[in-house]
Amino acid sequence: MTALLSIRNLSVTFATGRGPFRAVDKVDLDVAPGELVAIVGESGSGKSVAMLAVMGLLPWIATVTADRMMFDGRDLLALSARERRKIVGRDLAMIFQEPMSSLNPCFTVGFQIREAMAAHLDLSRAQRQARAVELLELVGIPEPERRLKAFPHQLSGGMSQRVMIAMALACNPKLIIADEPTTALDVTIQAQILDLLLKLQKESGVGLVLITHDMGVVAETAQRVCVHYAGQQVEMQDTRGLFRDPHHPYTAALLAALPERAQGRLLPSIPGIVPGLADRPAGCLFSPRCRFATETCRTVPPPRAGAELGLALCHTPLIAGVPQRREFAA
Amino acid sequence: MNASLPHATPPAEAVMEAIDLAQSYEVSRGVFATSATVKAVAGISFRLAPRSTLAVVGESGSGKSTLARMLTLIERPGAGSLRLDDVDVAEADARTLRRYRGEVQMVFQNPFGSLNPRQTIGKAIEEPLLVNTSLSAAERRARALDMMSRVGLRPEHHGRYPHMFSGGQRQRIAIARALVLRPKILVLDEPVSALDVSVRAQVLNLLVELQEQLGVAYVFVSHDLGVVRHMADEVLVMYLGRAVEHGPRDAIFDAPLHPYTRALLSATPVADPEAKKERIVLEGELPSPFNPPRGCPFNPRCPLVVERCRVEMPPLAARGAQRVACWVTGADAPAAGPALT
Repeated sequence: MTALLSIRNLSVTFATGRGPFRAVDKVDLDVAPGELVAIVGESGSGKSVAMLAVMGLLPWIATVTADRMMFDGRDLLALSARERRKIVGRDLAMIFQEPMSSLNPCFTVGFQIREAMAAHLDLSRAQRQARAVELLELVGIPEPERRLKAFPHQLSGGMSQRVMIAMALACNPKLIIADEPTTALDVTIQAQILDLLLKLQKESGVGLVLITHDMGVVAETAQRVCVHYAGQQVEMQDTRGLFRDPHHPYTAALLAALPERAQGRLLPSIPGIVPGLADRPAGCLFSPRCRFATETCRTVPPPRAGAELGLALCHTPLIAGVPQRREFAA
Repeated sequence: MNASLPHATPPAEAVMEAIDLAQSYEVSRGVFATSATVKAVAGISFRLAPRSTLAVVGESGSGKSTLARMLTLIERPGAGSLRLDDVDVAEADARTLRRYRGEVQMVFQNPFGSLNPRQTIGKAIEEPLLVNTSLSAAERRARALDMMSRVGLRPEHHGRYPHMFSGGQRQRIAIARALVLRPKILVLDEPVSALDVSVRAQVLNLLVELQEQLGVAYVFVSHDLGVVRHMADEVLVMYLGRAVEHGPRDAIFDAPLHPYTRALLSATPVADPEAKKERIVLEGELPSPFNPPRGCPFNPRCPLVVERCRVEMPPLAARGAQRVACWVTGADAPAAGPALT
């Protein structure tokens, strides 16, 4: 199966007042049609920035480089801005984190849903209206005709997120990138929205990239998981494998720190915090917080392990929680 | 309502006891409309034992933050009584209130918004002492430094400003500020929901250690059931301002009775892809508190709804280890509650 989205060595560097900051560092990603891939990471792990780079939504201070960034057989890097805008919003859609602040408060939701169709599809005004009603029905909003006339402030968080999903679906996209789609919502509403996304994905065969920090959401939805840490992709595995036998010490520590997986009264926490711009270590970026770190880890950037070890970016990937020493090739 | 508490053996001592706490607000709905009354919280009762943790669980709009504001004496309860040391602070005068405010302190959800950006953290931690005690500047500083070391901050942090700290460290600062008066009760309003997983574990561990060291009781307001299961001794589940289920943690998590509790538990994603579970997806959303449904507040979304639920409000009554407010699965119901599918 050919990949819908194929990225190799994607890096994003921001020019900041204190020098360049590499927010995304050599990230690979493949998404097949109908596949659900999750990207997990804490804040500052570059997971959103990587996907914004794919969408072409980063500000001018960002420099995006990649060996390959193919979407649906076209090279996104080689496209002009005008050609790229024809794809973004039509074949490639995004659902943002905070539904309340990503809708424009000055226009009705109907206007905002029809706007995407007016830009990309060859439909008459009446057809666009009919499609908008159809979309709201699809995402489970009662009384769609009336709701189309509503302004965003008249909708609850869950309703706004449904509108965002309807907007993303408006032009029958091939790939949807959902950036923390349920983080701002209550659990019972989160369950509704996740069910809706999974149902739509199953029925329409759209590829879905789910950006999240919630391991529970990952376990219940994704087929494959990429774990990001400080801009790097530290591990990639299928979901069951990742939860059963994480190969990167960061993934293992992250899973162990979840209260629902903990045994005792104290959680096995990860000491320290994610390195910032000023204190990036020379070797492995996780080495200051890693319980298995060696002198090599602190000085030499780690190589990428094979697929059988979850492509872990680590000198000593774990198998069943035990670090494996490997012959170090300089 | 249930004024008498149906604990089989009431805890020997309680640092805080709430009986039928309620709060309602008058809300104006425009120039020509009559103002409406919103019952934000109604009929909440509990006893909080020293060194224990009561978790208050509910979604947005369930009234848990209003409850937290009443418990911390930021707001006077609209009705009911709130007893600290056998003094009813709901009716106390301003001087008594002032004394008891030091006993109940609060940690807020967002560590980025709850610290004054123009105040050094040393000053922020000392400020409660300045207001509430007559300690000298040197003594205040010593107390602040002691508290800082307990929460894992270094002495050189004393003169730094909040923007120089990460989210997890700021929450440590907020905890130090709340504990510096040595309160008996700490109300934590979603203390870790703004934090990343790895940092969240650090802060939760800190809270567990501080409770053991200082013997403080926690009221832990959260919507994260994974965290609640880890922290709580007792759980109070709220829906639309009312307690729908209340009991020991294990009873609530292992044998939940109220359909809302069951739905909430089943809707919480579990970090185990191999776990088989039936997810109960509730339809609709929380009703508007301006216009609550007649009868049981949960009846429009309840999968087990019967005619009686639409007419009459179920009381919170003991069943097994917990108390539950439900006509179908509650005290009057047949032995085993019906299955929820």
